Amino acid sequence: MKLYPTIGLEIHAELLTESKVFCTCSAEFGGDPNSRCCPVCSGLPGTLPVLNQKAVEYIIKAGYVMNCDISRFTKWDRKNYFYPDLPKAYQISQMPRPVCLNGYVDIVSDGEEKRIRINRIHLEEDAGKLIHDERTKQTLADYNRCGIPLIEIVTEPDFHSAADVTAFVEKIRLLLQYAGVCDGRMEQGSLRCDVNISLAEKGAKELGTRAEIKNLNSVRAIGRAIEYEIYRQSELIESGAKVIQETRRFVDGSGETVTMRSKEDAQDYRYFPDPDIPPIIFTEEEIRGIKSSVPEMPESRKTRYVKEYGIAEKDADSIINNKLVCFFFEEAIKAYNSPKSMAAFILVELMRRINLGEADMNNLPFEAKDFARLVEIMDGNKINRSHGKNVLRSMLESGKKADEVCDEEGLWIKEDLGQAEEVIDKILADNPKAVEQYRNGEQKVFGFLMGQANKQLKGAASPNAIKEILEGKLQN
Amino acid sequence: MDMKKTTLSALRKSLDEKQISAQELCGECYRAIESGEESIGAFITLTKEEAEKAAEKAQTRIDSGESDFLTGIPLAIKDNICTDGIKTTCASKMLENFIPPYDATVIEKLKGQDYVLIGKTNMDEFAMGGATQTSYFKRSHNPVDTSRVPGGSSGGSAAAVAAGFVPASLGSDTGGSIRQPASFCGVAGLKPTYGRVSRYGLVAFGSSLDQIGPLANTAADCGALLNVIAGGDERDATSAKLPKEDFTGKIGQLINGMKIALPKEFYGEATDAEVKEAVMKAAKELEALGAVLVSCEMPSLKYGMPAYYLIACAEAASNLSRFDGIKYGLRGEGKSYGEMILDSRNRGFGEEVKRRILLGNYALSSGYFDAYYRKACALRQRIKAEYEAIFELADVILTPTAPTVAFKIGSDDNDPVKMYTADMLTVPVNIAGLPAISVPCGRNGDNMPIGMSIVGRRFDESTLIQMADAYEKEHN
Repeated sequence: MKLYPTIGLEIHAELLTESKVFCTCSAEFGGDPNSRCCPVCSGLPGTLPVLNQKAVEYIIKAGYVMNCDISRFTKWDRKNYFYPDLPKAYQISQMPRPVCLNGYVDIVSDGEEKRIRINRIHLEEDAGKLIHDERTKQTLADYNRCGIPLIEIVTEPDFHSAADVTAFVEKIRLLLQYAGVCDGRMEQGSLRCDVNISLAEKGAKELGTRAEIKNLNSVRAIGRAIEYEIYRQSELIESGAKVIQETRRFVDGSGETVTMRSKEDAQDYRYFPDPDIPPIIFTEEEIRGIKSSVPEMPESRKTRYVKEYGIAEKDADSIINNKLVCFFFEEAIKAYNSPKSMAAFILVELMRRINLGEADMNNLPFEAKDFARLVEIMDGNKINRSHGKNVLRSMLESGKKADEVCDEEGLWIKEDLGQAEEVIDKILADNPKAVEQYRNGEQKVFGFLMGQANKQLKGAASPNAIKEILEGKLQN
Repeated sequence: MDMKKTTLSALRKSLDEKQISAQELCGECYRAIESGEESIGAFITLTKEEAEKAAEKAQTRIDSGESDFLTGIPLAIKDNICTDGIKTTCASKMLENFIPPYDATVIEKLKGQDYVLIGKTNMDEFAMGGATQTSYFKRSHNPVDTSRVPGGSSGGSAAAVAAGFVPASLGSDTGGSIRQPASFCGVAGLKPTYGRVSRYGLVAFGSSLDQIGPLANTAADCGALLNVIAGGDERDATSAKLPKEDFTGKIGQLINGMKIALPKEFYGEATDAEVKEAVMKAAKELEALGAVLVSCEMPSLKYGMPAYYLIACAEAASNLSRFDGIKYGLRGEGKSYGEMILDSRNRGFGEEVKRRILLGNYALSSGYFDAYYRKACALRQRIKAEYEAIFELADVILTPTAPTVAFKIGSDDNDPVKMYTADMLTVPVNIAGLPAISVPCGRNGDNMPIGMSIVGRRFDESTLIQMADAYEKEHN
């Protein structure tokens, strides 16, 4: 019996708005506990939520990059449940009328292109955080996260392997980052994933009983949890036991999933329309306006790089897979239009420094145009190419401009051709044996002579100029 | 000074002409309270110290010749309207010690004019009740006959005006909670159009029904107070952004030719004969002034009460969930979060509040939602449509405010359905979000006041005040 997994996802993504979704508090990550909350987001009696229009704009952008229909009419509902991290004891969410419906995202998994359908995306508020103090045996509530705008992306059950899911999550993260609506930092919880998974014989009419694995916060954890769950459910089914419908939790240390709560404990959320938030009716113009403000998506950028710039597909992938690198690259080629050499220098030298921890893409000490200037200097043979990476290091360390570094370190090639001829004449006169060997066909001595000239000229002429003069003189 | 007879404009004149100082006026209020409060029980909190300071500040403003309409005017505020630094209990043990760190928008507006807060008035717990007998702190008595209830839930606000403790007050009206106590106590009470006054800072009961409104000795005073508290508010998304309007502007204009609808269902068997007689007599007086009486029907009136209780209780169940003992209010005991919250709510809420929370949660729970909550919403649409049809024929609607006069304390305490039925004439107005004013129209055989309600089109408070004022002037 060959069992076939079927998987659907619910992804929660925190939006990058400056303020929270229903009040004016800062929506930034972190902060001292309860320093970023007000009477509204801490649920004081008498306060009222007022919808942040920016959050609505952002979810429309998210829906657009996932090819969703944007609802002209949308409204908010209350999801009622008691939990200490939820100060109003209800979460403002959307039930029957979400902002986005019926989308899709194409992924490549195991070398195969697949289309994953999106059922819906809705806008809701995040809850706070509970901190369990082992020492005092107390639980403390931090409401800073309360009211951070959250979108929930619900997919159709279109995944059939861990690889499908991880490819999708990576893709979604990239799309949201490019759309500028979510930073996708899974480690900070700004992107979280719930996995619904069931097993059945391939081709079976009905899906098996599913388990839901909650709050996976890294791509690696998602992959491991799915692999484990496929193993666990297969074992159960093959031994004749039944899979129980339940919510499970992934334990990072053991790589296993464990029961969190069973279906019997499922709550009745008593959803009903939130009377404090009037429904929104969009005009086509408004939706069009928001869609048109979405920047170019990575896929299309990649095509452009390969087709128009002649960058290798692998390199193009490396650029688009990191939004910061990609935006840096595009800024840099605006200042100096040489995409191939720019891409090469970014992917080899700049990325090396970053991978070594010497620099941070989020916080470079120079702008893209300053970096572009260095590549321009190198491409123009204004300095010895081998000096380029050292100049980059100096720039990273000191924040100085490329020209400044070259000045200070005397790296400029001066092109004093008169002096070059003089020096080369002298070298040829001093090395008659080598000259004779070259003229007898021993090409390799050319390198020796070049080396002598470079050494004695100390940058007074470019290697190209030296080579040209030397060749001319040897052929006479 | 007899506060029972005085109007706000007369007080304004006395203050501006220095016939009385703000401090003296404030002192008058507390003298009246000292002698009468024991038998009335209108207040939960008296704010004498703050009032004296506010009066002093107001007097400085009056002396500088820059007084606004309410500068130095003493008012009482219902205890479900948040006052910064002053206890706001909602007459509940749950919020016995709750001191809000912010003012409701209406309070900000009153403070902007340097009004004088005399105290926070008694009410039914969380505004749930029609007699001001469910307060955790005390029962309120009707100043006309202290063996009777003052009505509710704004019973304290109505009694404070009727007893001459203050010249006017603010209440809140979810299903008649301003109009019915105004009627029972023989004062004027205005429930503005839903959205006319910001709800920010009003502890929510039924969010789609609640409105803050004034109670005073005359309709004109209600209009003058509405002038101050009305207006769109960015903190309340359900508030209407409309141009500023003088609601007393139509006072004195002839009502000649205006059409008054008398829907026969409001004059049915459930309404006392004496009440019907008094309201019909008032209708004839208005007819004598040139108004045209129009008979009409409102077949769905009988569904108003059940629809109202389902919607109001559903919203209340969700609104009151935030009182969990975690952040503020009564903190119960228990070994777990579940036990603690259970104990907090069990001890913090009174019987009537618990009954409505249960009813509301039942109406929202899965399996019952369609039969109760959804059906109630459908009835709401039908009732709105019937009002619209009537307003095709008439400018205003005239009905008795309540089916009876104030009843004896203790008479209906144990029969919730009978209590709910007493609201049947007021709740449809809230369901439809319309404005309505209740003004006294005579007394019954026991010398108890009878009130009539004039109901208008959305945002047509000016016409209500014009007509009520015309009646008052003719009648007195």
